[in-house]
Amino acid sequence: MKKELKFKVNGQPYELYVKPKTLLVEVLRDQLALTGTKRGCNSSSCGACTVILNGMAVRSCSVLALQANGGEVLTVEGLAKGTELSTLQKAFLDYGAFQCGFCTPGMLMASTALLAENPKPTKEQIKEGIDGNICRCTGYNSIIRAVTAVVKGEYKEAK
Amino acid sequence: MIKDFEYFAPKTLKEALTLLDKYQDDAKVIAGGQSLLILMRQGLVAPKYLIDIKGISELNYIKSDAKEGLKIGALTTHRTVEKSPMMKNGFSVLAEIEHHVASIQTRNWGTIGGELCHGDPAEDPAPVFITLNATLKMASLKGERTMAVEDFTLDYFETALKTGELLTEIQVPVVPPHTGTAYTKFTVIENDLPTVGAAVSITLGAGNGICQDVRVALSAAAPIPMRAKQAEAVLKGKKITDALLKEAGEAASAEAEPISDIYASEEYRREIIKVLVRRVGKEALARAKKA
Repeated sequence: MKKELKFKVNGQPYELYVKPKTLLVEVLRDQLALTGTKRGCNSSSCGACTVILNGMAVRSCSVLALQANGGEVLTVEGLAKGTELSTLQKAFLDYGAFQCGFCTPGMLMASTALLAENPKPTKEQIKEGIDGNICRCTGYNSIIRAVTAVVKGEYKEAK
Repeated sequence: MIKDFEYFAPKTLKEALTLLDKYQDDAKVIAGGQSLLILMRQGLVAPKYLIDIKGISELNYIKSDAKEGLKIGALTTHRTVEKSPMMKNGFSVLAEIEHHVASIQTRNWGTIGGELCHGDPAEDPAPVFITLNATLKMASLKGERTMAVEDFTLDYFETALKTGELLTEIQVPVVPPHTGTAYTKFTVIENDLPTVGAAVSITLGAGNGICQDVRVALSAAAPIPMRAKQAEAVLKGKKITDALLKEAGEAASAEAEPISDIYASEEYRREIIKVLVRRVGKEALARAKKA
């Protein structure tokens, strides 16, 4: 039997009915068509499905959608303000922090959560902040450089 | 594929216990689900009724008391334990190990009680709780009972929880003076489950430096998070030296019952246990001298 799920995604309230076994990533991608969130390993290993739920980075492949009931989800689609990219998004572009781009939404969400909690992380803390996210192209250095650039204040927040 | 189930999200402990009592063994409890959902996805667990206790706020707390020690609600997340300012005065080892439990994402949603109830011998908190002499509080409609953490896991993925019972609280007594506790795990990749892990807690006598009390516990070294009593016997009542720690490591290695799997062979695990017990024992000793 389907259950009611009321929650906010990127500030927008939603009310839908889901089977209890539905995972958060499935609701985001299949029902809300927010396909920025990627489904990678599907076993809580790769971090590509990372979203921010109630202010915390979580793996949306490992959270039941109904556990987000009453909560607030932020996905990669919610980072930009209008057409203005977030500081991390701009830095990822400038520093070439991706090749294939598959890990990027997860990397962006993990680093967004990191900077929300700790705006001035050390290089070591940046590494820890993304150590739940696997990237198979860049070798991580360009991602760390991009996050570092934001930490150093090279980018201005969109108003 | 996850099989369909009926879902309940009780908001109080009483409601949860009533549901557990009603559905008995057809029900499975989910907290953060960081381990359970993997098993459900693999079809290894397929409950008819899933009781989601994650939203029971009365089980999400950390309390610290000068006499009674630390009380951690079963639904406290790993990340909350890691970041809690209450992890001091001998409890700081808990924050230290939580920092290396899986990824931040998993620690943000996974709960400490859920991890213990999962009953996996390859986990970090249980051996540390064993060395800290922690007990667990469990509740059912019939009442409450407590049990030492070391008696809680019975076999691989099997715990002493009875049908209708929920783990509600972890109680960690005040750490005695001159006590040092440490834990280290050997992993294939950082912050992974332990290939093998060792926790050691040493209490020194006042002024004489003699090991008055000691507890050694191992992860991924037996079907359960295991207390290594032979290793403890080597150290207890003596002045601890490096040679004695080496002997304790050998004793722990001999009494452990590790298996061979894709991560390590049995022999290799036994070798690492020797090294870890000695190394972690040395750290615990250094901390006890400073405490």
